Order: sequence, then C-alpha cells, then structure tokens
Amino acid sequence: MTDITTGNTITFQGPPAVSGGAEARSRGYWAGVARRLRHDRFTLFFLALALLIILGALIAPWLGLPDPFQTSMARRLKPIGFKGHLLGTDELGRDLFSRLVYGGRTSLLLGIVPVVLATLIGGLLGVVAGFFGRGVNMLIMRVMDVFYAFPSVLLAVAISGTLGGGILNGLIALTLVFIPSLCRIAESATVQIRALDYIEAARATGASNWSIIRTHVIGNVLTPVVVYASSLISVAVLLGAGLSFLGLGVEPPTPDWGQMLSSLRQSIYVQPLICALPGLAIFLTSLSFNFISDGLRRAMDVKA
Amino acid sequence: MFLVDTTSTATDERDVGGAAQPMLIVRDLKKHFAVRGAAVRSTARVHAVDGVSFTVAKGETLGVVGESGCGKSTLGKLLMHLIDADSGELIFDGGAIGTRDMPLTQLRRNLQMVFQDSSSSLNPRLSIETSIAYGPRVHGASASEAKAKARDLLVRVGLRPDIFAGRYPHELSGGQKQRVNIARALALDPRMIILDESVSALDKSVEAQVLNLLRRLREDLRLTYIFISHDLNVVQYISDRVLVMYMGKIVEIGAVDEIYRRPRHPYTKALLRSRLSSSPDERIKLAPLTGDPPNPINPPPGCRFRARCPHARDLCATAEPVLEDGATGRKVACHFAEELADA
Repeated sequence: MTDITTGNTITFQGPPAVSGGAEARSRGYWAGVARRLRHDRFTLFFLALALLIILGALIAPWLGLPDPFQTSMARRLKPIGFKGHLLGTDELGRDLFSRLVYGGRTSLLLGIVPVVLATLIGGLLGVVAGFFGRGVNMLIMRVMDVFYAFPSVLLAVAISGTLGGGILNGLIALTLVFIPSLCRIAESATVQIRALDYIEAARATGASNWSIIRTHVIGNVLTPVVVYASSLISVAVLLGAGLSFLGLGVEPPTPDWGQMLSSLRQSIYVQPLICALPGLAIFLTSLSFNFISDGLRRAMDVKA
Repeated sequence: MFLVDTTSTATDERDVGGAAQPMLIVRDLKKHFAVRGAAVRSTARVHAVDGVSFTVAKGETLGVVGESGCGKSTLGKLLMHLIDADSGELIFDGGAIGTRDMPLTQLRRNLQMVFQDSSSSLNPRLSIETSIAYGPRVHGASASEAKAKARDLLVRVGLRPDIFAGRYPHELSGGQKQRVNIARALALDPRMIILDESVSALDKSVEAQVLNLLRRLREDLRLTYIFISHDLNVVQYISDRVLVMYMGKIVEIGAVDEIYRRPRHPYTKALLRSRLSSSPDERIKLAPLTGDPPNPINPPPGCRFRARCPHARDLCATAEPVLEDGATGRKVACHFAEELADA
C-alpha cells in the first residue's frame, strides 16, 4: 500500500464536461417510465382505446344516446346499421350501441374497482407479511393460501352466490378473489428488499418500521405489484362478465356486457353478429388492459 | 443541531467521559444463531461471535481482520444493534447502551455504519440527496435543514451537490456510491463509524481515493473507526490497532505495527504470511494456511485453531486458551505464545 499517497486533494468525480441544460439534469424513476411509455406506440394505442372505453362509460348519460331501456316489440334483433340504431337492437328491441356504452359502466366498475381495492388491501398485507416475517408472515400468508387453493372463477362464483346477486356483492366477491395473488407478489418483493443493505442502513438511523416501509419498501414493491394488478383488470372484466352471465352479478334490466351476452345467446342463430357484440366489447377491453400491462412492465422494469 | 459547525476542531461538547474514557467498551459479547432447518428442539448453534471483549479509544481506528465467516460482519451488526446480542455488555463513552445514560436513539446519532455493497445500500428509488437527508429527517430535522445538511455532506465527500444531489444511484459509479454511503453515515454527525468491508468491492485506484477520504474525514471530524476488512494491507494502512478474529473469538489484539512486525498467535502469523507481496524475495512457496476452518456449529472444546495449527499439542485439545495480556496492551489467545514468540 505504499502507492497510496496521503495527499488531501480530492478531485470531483463529475462527468468531465457537463453538457448543460435539460440533458444533464437527472431524471426520477417515474419520469423515466413516462419517457419510455411515450416511445411505445403500441401501448399508447391500447391506452387510448382503454381511455376511450372508460370515458364513454363515464359520460354515457350526456352522449345523447337512445334510451337503453326503451323496448320495442316491432324492432327486435335488427341488424347493424338499422335506421336509428347504430349497432342494431337486442332481443327486446333496445338500442344495442346505447346498451353497450351503458353496459361499460357496470362492466368497467366490476373490472377496475375490485383490482384497485385488492391492490391496496393485498399489497399492504403482503408488505406487512414480508417486512415483519415470522408469525405475522405465517398468519397472513397461510390465510391467503386457503383462498389460493380454489380456482378464481369458482371462488368468485361461490362468494357471489353466498352473498347473493347485485353489483356490490359482485365487487366484494371479485376483490376477495384478487387479494391473495396480489398479496403474494407484494410479499415476495418485500422479502427480497428487506434483506438489502439500504433497509439495514435505515434501521441504523433509528427509523421506525412504518417510516422504513413508507420511504424504502413501498416505492420498490410498487413496480411488480402495479404491473401485475394492471394485468388483472382484464381478468376482472372477464370474471365480472362471467358472474353476470351466470346471473350473479348485475340484475336485469341494468345493462352489463356479461349479462347482455347471456340473454342474447338464445338469438345466436337469428342475428349472430349482434349477439357477438357484447363479447367483442369484453374482448377489446380485456385486450387493451393486457397490452397496457405488458407495456407498463417494459417501461418499469428497465434498470438503467 | 444538524448544522454543527463541522470545520471547528474545538473540544466536542458531546464528549462525556473525557479523553481517557474509551469510546466503546465491549464485554463478553455473544451471538449464537440457531441453525435453520434443524429439528425443532435441536441444540445446533452457530457460534458467530463467542465472548468477544475489547475497547476502542477515542479517535483511534481499530481494524478487524479474519477469514470469511469468522464473525467480523456479525460483530459489526451487533455493535450497531441491527441484530440483538445473546449476552454481553456495550458501553459507549461511559454510558451502558440501552440504559438512561445511552438510550438506543442517542446511540444511533453517535454510531453509524457504512456497508460493503455500495449498490444495495442505496435505495434505487430515492435521489442521492433524499437518501442522505433521510437520517436527519428521522431525527426531527425539517426538510430544508436536512437538505442543506445533505448538500454540505456531498461537498465533504468530494461530490459536487449541483451535479449529484438530484441523481439516482444507478447513475453513479461504485466509488461515487460509496462516497454517498459515507455521507449518509455522517448525516447524523456520529462520533464513531463502523466500516464493514467498505472499500473491499472497489477498484484499487478508487479504493485508495476512498481510503484517503476516510482518513481526511477522521482528522476533520475527529471520528473513531472500526474498520472491518479481509484485506490486511488496507487495514495496515488505516488502522492504529488491529483485532484478529478466528471463529467468533479474538485470537490476538494489539497495535498494528507490532502485530504486523511480530505476530504471536499462529493464526495471525499464517494470515500475515498469506499476504501477497510485490517483492520477489518474499514470494510464498507454500500456502501458510491449509484447509477450511472447522464447522462453526457447536465447536469442540479446546483451541479452535488447533486442527490447522502447526504447533498444536495435547493441551490445545482440552483447554481453551484465554486472551492474555502481554506487554503494551497486546493480548494473545494461545497457550504457547511465549514459546512461539521467537519461532
């Protein structure tokens, strides 16, 4: 070690020539995610499609659409483009386009709200289980395993069937179905992070557990949880439609894609195209959220 | 309180016991880990740190050396109270830790740590500035106070705040990250820092820069270091005294010059002989240490080094040597240290 000089000259280690302006300024993690997303046209397209569907559902009453509940015995099962009815009519003569837009309200409600709730509840439970470990982990994760043992469709049907039909019970059933998987993702991510030195360093400052969780754990667990949750939205839309199809979700005459699919099923040989439309709506919505999820993962996973 | 004038070298008002009071006294510290996966009532235990006692004087640097798995890092974490000791006593500047004289929160302000892995010891989602400011924030500083403190410290560790404050860990080199880690450790104005293999993962040239930074900070801020490393050359360069550990126990402790010139414990001798030298005359022909340390689970009685010791005799198998006082504060845990001194 004789080559070490004891000189106290410490040279600054900055980049030799700072190229000035915006490029030199460091960007945060989320700014980087947004930048990568902006260059991903494929994801942007499906993001726009999903936003269009959501927006349509939100502002449906102000779109000047025909009454989705107005039946007409004379105009049953009219084809696409029938005058006055953009996408034709259903088996009771109600305007199908209007019902699809209004149906999006319940279908998206069943698709998004349970995932958001399950992300909050399951994510928090997972972080707590992973962070505190031992008994707390055992208690939370074994309870989750019990739920995990059932196939998700079966569990949703069972809970919803026990609670009875209706949107609220459907929401509760779907939320309960999604909590275990999100909890697992959050737990495994937390266990990995907990072993890292920056958590030890935070402990060494004397920070409380909750302060460490808030500042150091949640931000790092967020990526896998958000990516997974976004992929669950398409599953939730499908499951919600499935529940309605079985008569467990939304009660008629409230429009809902799954329930519309179920009641139009009988007319499939009369107007096959019309009968497929609610299914197409479910498909497009599910597809959009799936591709958004993929895009998010690409944008968030990058480590540079 | 976080904006202490760090340039002054006047007497530290936090100094309670005076210069003669050691900064840290460690008495009979023990940590045994239960072996995972063993039967429920198994008595199998890893004796990671097994009855370690030493003192660290104010302003000195104590090097801790030993092979991988000898308990160096566990010792560091025990001192930091990141893991709880099974037994033993720790006294920081005259106050027993955990009592009214030195509650844990006060210890946190006085004693900090720099870890080995410069990457995993920084939160990838926080800017450099936020990472450094976290400690002061925890201890009640306002956001602007903590930020100002972080920028001051960046200057101290040789990073320009205007360039680095807003950066994220992945934008920094290994050496820069370790400077940030040092700044973070300094953020609570500690009096003592445990450096756990803090320069081991760096390139040689960067390592030298960081070592010089550490020396400079020690003078400027009148810090006390415990420098844990497996690199004997680095320990010699920075330490005043050195502590040699083998399987959870201290085998030798004393002034660095003396130990490096005339090691007395057979393990220390072997360790020092295994150093690489640039001089052709000092080339190693035979590996001075062969084999691995014995299984640390429930070690057998007697001297723990005897299986690898060239001088082992019958006594070594039955009686465990104690750390005995030699001249000038030097201690050796070997039955035959006197005999072997001239060997």
